[in-house]
Amino acid sequence: MCGIVGLYLKNTVLAPELGRLTALMLHEMAARGPDSTGFAVYGPPDGMTRLSAVSRTGRTDWDAYARELGRALDIEIAVETLADHALLRFSGDGQAARHWLIAHAPDVSVLSVGEAITLCKGLGDPDEVAQRLGLAQRRGTHAIAHTRMATESAVTTEGSHPFSTGADTCLVHNGSLSNHNRLRARLRRQGETFQTENDSEVAAGYLAWRMREGDSLDEAIAGALRDFDGFYTFAIGTAQGFAVVRDPIACKPAVIAETDEWVAMSSEFRAIARLPGVEHAEIWEPEPARIYAWSHAA
Amino acid sequence: MSEVMSNTDLDLATLSRREANATLQAAQAGAFRLLGPNGAHALACGLMHPIEVTIEGHAGYYAAGANKEAAVTIRGNAGTGVAENLMSGRVRVTGNASQSAGATGHGGLLVIEGDTAARCGISMKGIDIVVGGSVGHMSAFMGQAGRLVVLGDAGADLGDSIYEAELFVRGRVASLGADCEEKEMTEAARDGLAALLEAAGMDADPAQFRRYGSARRLYHFTIDNADAY
Repeated sequence: MCGIVGLYLKNTVLAPELGRLTALMLHEMAARGPDSTGFAVYGPPDGMTRLSAVSRTGRTDWDAYARELGRALDIEIAVETLADHALLRFSGDGQAARHWLIAHAPDVSVLSVGEAITLCKGLGDPDEVAQRLGLAQRRGTHAIAHTRMATESAVTTEGSHPFSTGADTCLVHNGSLSNHNRLRARLRRQGETFQTENDSEVAAGYLAWRMREGDSLDEAIAGALRDFDGFYTFAIGTAQGFAVVRDPIACKPAVIAETDEWVAMSSEFRAIARLPGVEHAEIWEPEPARIYAWSHAA
Repeated sequence: MSEVMSNTDLDLATLSRREANATLQAAQAGAFRLLGPNGAHALACGLMHPIEVTIEGHAGYYAAGANKEAAVTIRGNAGTGVAENLMSGRVRVTGNASQSAGATGHGGLLVIEGDTAARCGISMKGIDIVVGGSVGHMSAFMGQAGRLVVLGDAGADLGDSIYEAELFVRGRVASLGADCEEKEMTEAARDGLAALLEAAGMDADPAQFRRYGSARRLYHFTIDNADAY
């Protein structure tokens, strides 16, 4: 069991409230996943690449890594730290920076890269993690978040969701995949890099691979429906929006609510129950194996 | 029930769910409103007396489960397993219900005005379920007794591994599950369906329904034991 939530704003009215509302939703999902918590918040791109990372030791010298990485890629890097996390901002190739850090910074787990995404995760109760990592103060266009009850791999910060391996793409998962070892080996041959033994990271890597090969998000998810063996409800974030899909026998719960202002998804309605305007929302359960997607893209 | 008490409001903004349920379970009679459910789980469960309860909003998992004699109305949607193991009495959902609605119900009547997700009536054991909209896949899976009536469509594998539950569908059936087959609409079945539709407050013509049941090839059915179901 895990709890997943997603909140997508259709306009800018609630943008300053995005983090606070996401924290409210996560709070309600605490009982579904008390192990660990994570969230990805998307903001409007400003032309800079953002790289989110977390220290595995709590003693990482982020400035030193930023200097070395800057020299290696010949870029200027601004570093912002919060608890055991760091946000690196620079103008340049996010994937190259990700690969460099994975190769050269053994005490660092790279959480995400992209122009819109910021990703944070940590062990513990969602209220405590949200507080420690300042979720409520964050503004943006949409957010994906997760409370974890671990089944497939160890309870660690790196094993927490959301998982992101491709630019601005991240995924949260309720369920488990049976064929993740084989898929991981196949994706490694395609050049994907993985930082955990977690099945959901494989799912994120699969989508990143398909989209790098030219698939649209819809096409990548359609591929996942063919290639993933297991059960799952996924919420998937991209720079422009988010998507929801359930496995063909709908093992894991999901509910979607939509108003003129927002679209929200969650494992259970109670996470949606306190959103503003919910009394006017259209509420439904996503059908098995059907892709639901919302996007700011024209 | 001869004495009708005035409505008592139980507000979940001030009462814990346990306090609200304990109040309902202790009541021998009367009518209650449960306010502010906000998708909370296990509301109005384990009721043993002929009381009336209205849940004013969306309920979470296992609402009105394991009840007997009570009449519960959910004015909103219901989460997984509404009216699970219902023994008797009535449960009405004015919106949609999630998966496994009426699971393992032994008796009583569950009415869902909207749609239900997958596995509606799974392992039903005597409950009557009337759905105003459509039901998801694998509904009435291993249904042993009782009736499932669907005014809309049924998803894939309806009645898979069914025993002696009776199924009526007005709309399209995506597919029948293993050992489920269409049955003749007998006069007795149609009369029973008409009475059930009326009890559920559904305006529908029994002549528009098709009837499904067990082909009895998947379990050791002996006609001599038919009365046992």
